[in-house]
Amino acid sequence: MNALEVSGLAFAYPDGLQALFGVDLTVARGERVALLGPNGAGKTTLVLHLNGVLTAGAGSVHVGGLELNKANLKEIRRRVAIVFQDPDDQLFMPSVREDVAFGPANLGIRGAELDARIHGALAAVGMTDHVHRPPHHLSYGQRRRVAVATVLAMQPEILVLDEPSSNLDPAAKRELAGILKGLDLTMLMVTHDMPYALELCDRAVVMNEGTIAGDGPTPEILADEPLMRANRLELPYGFDPSFSP
Amino acid sequence: MVATPREAFWAYGVYAGLIVSLTLNARVPLRSLIRRLAIETPFLIFVVALPFLARGERIDVVGLSLSVEGLWGAWNILVKATLGAATVMLLASTTPITSILYGLQKLRVPSVIVAIAGFMIRYADVIASEMRRMKVGRQSRGYEPRVLWQVRALASSAGTLFIRSYERGERVHLAMMSRGYSGTMPELAAVEASPTDWLRAFLVPAVAAVICVLAWL
Repeated sequence: MNALEVSGLAFAYPDGLQALFGVDLTVARGERVALLGPNGAGKTTLVLHLNGVLTAGAGSVHVGGLELNKANLKEIRRRVAIVFQDPDDQLFMPSVREDVAFGPANLGIRGAELDARIHGALAAVGMTDHVHRPPHHLSYGQRRRVAVATVLAMQPEILVLDEPSSNLDPAAKRELAGILKGLDLTMLMVTHDMPYALELCDRAVVMNEGTIAGDGPTPEILADEPLMRANRLELPYGFDPSFSP
Repeated sequence: MVATPREAFWAYGVYAGLIVSLTLNARVPLRSLIRRLAIETPFLIFVVALPFLARGERIDVVGLSLSVEGLWGAWNILVKATLGAATVMLLASTTPITSILYGLQKLRVPSVIVAIAGFMIRYADVIASEMRRMKVGRQSRGYEPRVLWQVRALASSAGTLFIRSYERGERVHLAMMSRGYSGTMPELAAVEASPTDWLRAFLVPAVAAVICVLAWL
């Protein structure tokens, strides 16, 4: 069974702006997929459909075989974990502990099980020492890691990350990459950071103007110059995907 | 304190003594407490105006005709505001903000109120730093208003800040929904309070209540 199946997904915002024109995407269990594309391609709109925050005008989303609809919204939101771009949007509680507890507590988990979830999630991102600190006293990199922990505590099946490497310094980026590689989860990663996509994801999907424009192994996608150019994608100066380890 | 009759001068003396002794006991420097009290200055302007503006029986004090009722009113506001503010400052400088939130929850304050207070504390820093960045942005483009009619950009910055905060609110709401939020905030961590904790916590309010009752008798 596939972790994620999106078919014929179309969506227009209330103001009439059409953002998705029939998106088809299948992600197998355990796959790590990079979602590439220029700004305004519809990447974030697609992401917000995966856990039912936005409801499509047409098409369907299946997560682990379960169709997304109003009745099983809660279960879908447990299965699909989204880490948003700005950790200040994701961490809204008075302390790290409360923030990590927020998701599982909404699932009805209490007591020792809740404590175990909190500890497990913080341990996975190496932040157990900061459990009682308020989020605004953490560095940006630490906040990003806690943001990942807040969704890990829900024991999701798919981890969706919106621009995980943005605003991180190189060391924090490397630390986060190490953490993400260590997680045994299906992963969908929206990013403009081509080396990061190459390092973490075997497969890359290119999105442009609300449709899927390319799909394949990341090294091949990055090396496909016409495809890259047609979709406003570029490699950083001096970076050659074929030379990577 | 608020319910104490304004004529009972001695009661306010005891209240002040209570606050000072608590401050010393908590090893909070008195000087810093007094400095923080500066926050009530804007309210004092109104208080100073009161004896001049209020109606009723008048009395001459060093050549100024003042309203008796206004003087009483001014004293009443001044003493209650100052002592009240000092109590809050004392709480704020001895108790971490998260503990205050836990305490509110423990005292059965409605969870919506606790949540709103929590959000306010959490985002005060975020909004303040956004404000700072906008200020640096204005200054970098040579904006240094010296007179009142040059502050137009300030007003539009305030508007922008409001919109940005509103949009952040929407994004936070998205993040909450994505983690299964369905209208009720989960309780904060349960903090255990032993009978001695309760006793100690209620000691000072109890003393204050006794003073208040004595002042009415």
